[in-house]
Amino acid sequence: MRVEQISIFLENKAGRLAEVTAILRDANVNIRALSLADTTDFGILRLIVNDNKTAEQTLKKEGFTVGKTNVLAIEVDDTPGGLNNVLDPLTSEGINVEYMYAFANPQGKNAIMIFRFHDLDRAIEILKNKGITIINGADVYNL
Amino acid sequence: MSIFNMDFETMPREALESIQLSRLKTTLERVHATVPFYKETFKNAGITPSDIKTLDDLRRIPFTVKQDLRDNYPYGMFAVPMANVVRIHASSGTTGLPTVVGYTRRDIETWSELMARCLVAGGATSNDIVHNAYGYGLFTGGLGVHYGAEKLGASVIPVSGGNTKRQIVIMRDFKPTILTGTPSYILHLAEVADEMGVSFADLSFKSGIFGAEPWSEDMRTDLETKLHLKAIDIYGLSEIMGPGVSIECHEAQKGLHIFEDHFIAEIIDPDTGENLAYGETGELVFTSITKEAFPIIRYRTRDITSLNPEPCICGRTHVRMNKVSGRTDDMLIIRGVNVFPSQIESVLMKSDNIQPHYQLVVDRIDNLDTLTVMVEVGRELFSDEIKTLQNMEKKLSSDIKEYLGVSAKIKLVEPKTIERSQGKAVRVIDRRKK
Repeated sequence: MRVEQISIFLENKAGRLAEVTAILRDANVNIRALSLADTTDFGILRLIVNDNKTAEQTLKKEGFTVGKTNVLAIEVDDTPGGLNNVLDPLTSEGINVEYMYAFANPQGKNAIMIFRFHDLDRAIEILKNKGITIINGADVYNL
Repeated sequence: MSIFNMDFETMPREALESIQLSRLKTTLERVHATVPFYKETFKNAGITPSDIKTLDDLRRIPFTVKQDLRDNYPYGMFAVPMANVVRIHASSGTTGLPTVVGYTRRDIETWSELMARCLVAGGATSNDIVHNAYGYGLFTGGLGVHYGAEKLGASVIPVSGGNTKRQIVIMRDFKPTILTGTPSYILHLAEVADEMGVSFADLSFKSGIFGAEPWSEDMRTDLETKLHLKAIDIYGLSEIMGPGVSIECHEAQKGLHIFEDHFIAEIIDPDTGENLAYGETGELVFTSITKEAFPIIRYRTRDITSLNPEPCICGRTHVRMNKVSGRTDDMLIIRGVNVFPSQIESVLMKSDNIQPHYQLVVDRIDNLDTLTVMVEVGRELFSDEIKTLQNMEKKLSSDIKEYLGVSAKIKLVEPKTIERSQGKAVRVIDRRKK
């Protein structure tokens, strides 16, 4: 159920993001989805890639601080109210979304979104009860 | 064997002071006769060496300061002909001309003995293998420890600073048991070992003797946890001798025993020059009483500490100096508040997940002093949530405000952004116009 996301600490410096993408390119790692959260001084780059191990090792070797977090990849209907259908049951159960971002889904007609919750197990349970599709990690890396 | 020279290190105070006085008198006679600078100084103060009849009389003699050494660059302060000098060392000279010091053969003997005493105080025996990561060269650290280790009969690996990856391999394969170096370089070593997948828990170290730059009690916790050894503070400066002027004993790890049979220590008020009592904090002043080539009288070290005369559980009778808390010349005045980098270090180290890599940047923007504390984001500190990192910044900032009374901006930076030293850490960058 869970998808492993890697995150990287970046200072707000010109060209820093391009350095990360170049390192991943050279390691032959494909970025499946990403989001960049930033403040005036620093940013956190969150990535879903096809090969976590290689990505983590090469980035660490280049001196980046790399973290790992479990997130959920949730299928969202590409219709009005689609995202709301996912959020409503979570909200009513008091589950807070720490952050979320979209995923490029080349196959299905539905959207896939990455969600970070503190209480992942609880979120999984609620979503399953509502019949919402959560995509397996292995499937996400290779979509 | 836990004390290298039982006779001298545990000598009753009365006997010790009588030796100090006779050695002091001899030294004063010698410098008066052979070093024009001292002859002039004594004359200007209206005293002759024979006026000094008690240890307290030493206070009548004017101080020697760094500038005096620069004015007499390079050999003007030497008290013997060059023919008798067998070794020359020099300070890094980061703040001006280097300070040049010399040693006779007997000075090297003395220094070796004092360093051997230090190694033993730190827990070493003749069976130990010393991984000496102090820089070899003009800097006194490398050769000072080296000669002491040989004097003790330990096996010394003269690895020096730098070539860090190779050092890790040597530590793993040669199984050294005593580690020596500057704390900032040692932490760099730990970092590189971690990258190479080598854990200090699997190495054979029992003690680490770290010095040449001040480090805090919180840094000790960090060093001991990371390196799996007992961290011992050693103190010294080339003007007095080099490493081996004072050392913590591994029994107490509380204050550094000053080898008083060779040095007389005083604490003065840095502003007035008045002597302060035991326990009071001020500037440390040293007089060497056995040095031949480069004796020095009442040298102002600029190091801030206090002296503790209480008996120690290790049995040494020599007075202890507390850990150096700062230097009179690295004290920053930020918006009128006195700030020592070591105080900031203490605040940072209280937070479990902070790396000991930090740097203070002081600037003046719109006529207002600003203090920025750069902190590296390592694995332990990192979070993928912005708010966690921002809360960390806020907490550190408010802790600094609370403990030091000065506002600081915390700037999180990527690992290895702050320059790693092979020797001494650059902790402060002051961009204000002097």
